[in-house]
Amino acid sequence: MSSHTLIKGDRDSQVFLSLLLVVAITLPALNLLVPEANPLHVSTYTVTLAGKYLTYGLLAIAVDLVWGYLGILSLGHAAFFALGGYAMGMHLMRQIGERGVYGNPILPDFMVFLDWQELPWFWYGMDHFWFAMIVVMLVPGLLAFVFGWLAFRSRVTGVYLSIITQALTYALMLAFFRNEMGFGGNNGLTDFKDILGFDLHTDATRVGLFLASAIALAMGYLACRYIVTSRLGRVAVAVRDAEDRTRFIGYRVEWVKLWLFTFSAVLAGIAGALYVPQAGIINPGEFSPLNSIEIVVWVAVGGRATLVGAVAGALMVNYGKSYFTAALPEMWLFALGGLFVLVTLFLPQGVIGLLRRKESLK
Amino acid sequence: MTPLLDDVRETWRRDRAWDFLSPRTSQKLDFSHGTALYLEDISVSFDGFKAINNLTLYIDAGELRCIIGPNGAGKTTMMDIITGKTRPDSGTAFFGQSIDLLRLSEPEIAELGIGRKFQKPTVFEFHNTFENLELAMSGDKRVWSILRAKLSGEQRDRIDEVLVTIGLQAHRYTQAGSLSHGQKQWLEIGMLLMQDPHLLLVDEPVAGMTHQEMDRTGELLTSLAGKHSVVVVEHDMDFVRSIANKVTVLHQGSVLSEGSMDKVQNDPQVKQVYLGE
Amino acid sequence: MGITVSTPIHRLALVILALLLVAGSSPPSTAATSALDAALPLLEGRDLATKKQAVQLIATSGNDRAVIILDALVTGNLYFLKSDNSLVIAEKNGDSYLAKNALLGTEIGPVEKRGLKKIGINNALRSQIRDAIASLSLDHADRSIRLRAATQMLDNPSADTARLLRSALPQETDDDVRKVMQTAVSVADLASADTAARLAAIQQLAGNLHPTVRNQLLKLSENDKDDKTRTAARLALKEIDFKVDLYGKAEVLFFGISAGSVLVLAAIGLAITFGVMGVINMAHGELIMLGAYTTYLIQQLMPQHIGLSVLVAIPAAFVVSGLVGILIERSVIRFLYGRPLETLLATFGISLILQQLVRTLVSPQNVAVSNPGWMSGTLEINGVLSLAYNRLYIILFCLIVFMLLSLVLKRTPLGLQVRAVSQNRDMARAMGVRSARVDALTFGLGSGIAGVAGVALSQLTNVGPNLGQSYIIDSFMVVVFGGVGNLWGTLVGGLTLGIANKVLEPWAGAVLAKILVLVFIILFIQKRPRGLFPQKGRGAVN
Repeated sequence: MSSHTLIKGDRDSQVFLSLLLVVAITLPALNLLVPEANPLHVSTYTVTLAGKYLTYGLLAIAVDLVWGYLGILSLGHAAFFALGGYAMGMHLMRQIGERGVYGNPILPDFMVFLDWQELPWFWYGMDHFWFAMIVVMLVPGLLAFVFGWLAFRSRVTGVYLSIITQALTYALMLAFFRNEMGFGGNNGLTDFKDILGFDLHTDATRVGLFLASAIALAMGYLACRYIVTSRLGRVAVAVRDAEDRTRFIGYRVEWVKLWLFTFSAVLAGIAGALYVPQAGIINPGEFSPLNSIEIVVWVAVGGRATLVGAVAGALMVNYGKSYFTAALPEMWLFALGGLFVLVTLFLPQGVIGLLRRKESLK
Repeated sequence: MTPLLDDVRETWRRDRAWDFLSPRTSQKLDFSHGTALYLEDISVSFDGFKAINNLTLYIDAGELRCIIGPNGAGKTTMMDIITGKTRPDSGTAFFGQSIDLLRLSEPEIAELGIGRKFQKPTVFEFHNTFENLELAMSGDKRVWSILRAKLSGEQRDRIDEVLVTIGLQAHRYTQAGSLSHGQKQWLEIGMLLMQDPHLLLVDEPVAGMTHQEMDRTGELLTSLAGKHSVVVVEHDMDFVRSIANKVTVLHQGSVLSEGSMDKVQNDPQVKQVYLGE
Repeated sequence: MGITVSTPIHRLALVILALLLVAGSSPPSTAATSALDAALPLLEGRDLATKKQAVQLIATSGNDRAVIILDALVTGNLYFLKSDNSLVIAEKNGDSYLAKNALLGTEIGPVEKRGLKKIGINNALRSQIRDAIASLSLDHADRSIRLRAATQMLDNPSADTARLLRSALPQETDDDVRKVMQTAVSVADLASADTAARLAAIQQLAGNLHPTVRNQLLKLSENDKDDKTRTAARLALKEIDFKVDLYGKAEVLFFGISAGSVLVLAAIGLAITFGVMGVINMAHGELIMLGAYTTYLIQQLMPQHIGLSVLVAIPAAFVVSGLVGILIERSVIRFLYGRPLETLLATFGISLILQQLVRTLVSPQNVAVSNPGWMSGTLEINGVLSLAYNRLYIILFCLIVFMLLSLVLKRTPLGLQVRAVSQNRDMARAMGVRSARVDALTFGLGSGIAGVAGVALSQLTNVGPNLGQSYIIDSFMVVVFGGVGNLWGTLVGGLTLGIANKVLEPWAGAVLAKILVLVFIILFIQKRPRGLFPQKGRGAVN
């Protein structure tokens, strides 16, 4: 199915993709072509910030796919995001080569610092970009597959599932905090120099990463759109609303859940991989349960089971976060907490739901 | 409790070929002896309470059977066992001559052609009527297939046909959640039809229906018999009388009496159970 | 302090000193004082024989300060003050000396080095003084001083100590002290030249858990000339090691149970709200935190009565957290019944708000909550096993809370209604149970218990805005592991996880142990999705 038929007749998708296109063209143009003195100039900082937001948008879509459509409230998606990010971070670390503080051509600085003599086996091959990209998708996917296989087969559902996904990311966070794990412990991976030979600190690379994020978001959106408009998507919603019934008409609910969950984890991993070179760091804090639950709130704010809403929610909440943490840092948690409560109580369909209701009232 | 361990044990059994060696569908439906469903010596208990107690029951191919019994007689549990939701502690359950139901999962059983309508109507409220029927339609239901599935013209016709049968053609694009109770019941029966099952298990199909609706449902069910085996669990005696030629009375998890409605009604044991004489 | 604490005897003397000072020793009797007065001048001059006599006199004077003076003498802190020729105990303090009158213990103030004359001793005198100090302590009226003296001797066995102890043993009336003395004698006998005496001593010491005993036996088992002695020592060692191992395990178990009790306390309120109402309360951790802060505030209000403040805090925290819980239930949760995932999100939002509220109103930093005196210290079972009182109290407290809660649920009308609602909400409502009120009260009860848990936690960990967060996942793990809606499940689940954690810890390290436990639970849930003790009945199956 071509993307054209996929979004035909769907105004949400059309608006969303057009907006994305406009932003993807104007932001880089305003950054690279307009001189800095000009008031229309967009700083590289802003472009990178927007790029990070777009990866959040992709992450939100991943969560929306499993929560909005399938009814699995994953409180562990930050783990998949972080794993993808770590895989990318490992690649970038290996790219530093001799330019590190200790000048070791093979070992990243933190390993030299820990007095390690050899590269751990799981760092092998990460110097190749293609290999790292496979790991970016494979590791979150594999973890989701194994975890999901165990959980869904035993019919762990609802809040139980949410809690153990949270335990999963919590356990990973604790694990990654350990120096012995070989991922830089507390400090994580940072001080990246370049990606695919491009200096990460130049405007052009930044813009390139922003564009990559925009493309990934568009592709991720179309892929999810393809899924939710297929019969599989309808079965997913059926599972969400009446799991037993779906089973009794012959669908292998476990497999539906498993594949969608895995796919969603892969998307989250890709989002993480795009996020890390733009953020310049990945550390175990990314695994924190709070992060996972924040993603859920993005989706809730935007409107679940809408995909577009998930992206909108991610952008809005993160914009709010950037604004608050700069202007009124102590107010941010109040605002976020209040958002959780207000959205669940008064906006079960999110902003998109609100807009739709308004429209249908007209 | 420990499926993994059970799996391992299963592979050690010497009286059986390994699952993966035995052809997956020796699963050819075989009604050659005229019996569609065999339940023999089935028992199941929940925390010491015997929900089903040595139940033996045979359903003929093409038969319409009504099952009645007081609350707690084990009617729903019996259906749970047939559809794979509950595993019995002991006993055997065969579909036709060859298929051991106790070794199959719910979707596998559904795929074989046993459809079920729940006591409480459960339709996919978020989907419209058409989509509900589409989802129930028989066919390849594996993940990859349904991702790429498209409705053929024939399948559309089939759905339309069922829509007419259940009288919901006007509600083709109505969200199932906003249908009336009776309409939901019919939609669920329609979904059963879409599955094209050999055996239909229908739990309280006329609860909450008006008399006219009841009559129509009765007609529908009797028209299905012959081509399909139909098992109806119902409390409404008038309805049972209107459709049944053979009735089974369950009591405390086993068969108390069986036969025509008249025979059953005159059975002193049945009278005692129902009227407490 | 400028003193270097070097020898055990010295340490002993310091302890005694402290004890005497704290006790505010009664003024010495005149007779004892005069004996001392007579002895002190003898210390002057260089004649060692005279000094020896002086030590004898001091030791037998019966004066309470005798030990202190002798101790000062042996550590070289005893001086004559040149100005008035009085005896002083002086310690170096920067350039000058801090002096105290040796007889009276009164402060004299800083004295130049030139103004002091040191009283010299030799080695022979030194050991005589030590003996004198030891036997003085062994004869002391205070049981604890005798016990300490004997223990110190046990750690530094010699023929001399054995002699002293032997002579002190017959007068000793206290069983504990006798035991230590006997052990010390036996340990000293291990070094005896007589093989039979050594063997007898080994026999005596088999299974004794004092660390010195083990060291000495180990030496003996390797170095003794006599085969039989070596074998006997080895056997005795084995017995000791077995016991040490056993008590080591007991200690791990104890740690595990106390850690588990903390988990149970943190989780049990959650078990109620989750089990009875199907409500996932992510703000549960913050209700615990509120309990801990209530303790802090109450201590601020009554800084003079730390011991009492903790007891006051228990009901106060119950009320505070309980009320906040009811407020949460009435304002948010009641609109979300039947939508557990939404409840989870909303209560998570509440948890963020509560955290920030504490940060804004109190402080973003941790606050200091004091432990009452009766919580510190340890209960010594034997040489290798001692149980910290605070852990012991936590276990006790956990059991009390558990039992009270069981009683409330089993015996009170509220409990009956709670159970009714938890089993069948609609039916209970039909029977006239006002389920809204029951919900609010249940939630209040669960939250109140969280507050009480907070009081307990305030005695164990840092109290800060993040306190709750660090417990919430563990609490959920306990509830999920134990089975929802079942107090016993929570108890067994919490204790099991606590013990598992502590058993794994020495082997894997604290963090890895925690990870392993989490992974275990994740796997466990696959096998038993409804926990150890699932809710029973047909309703739970569907």
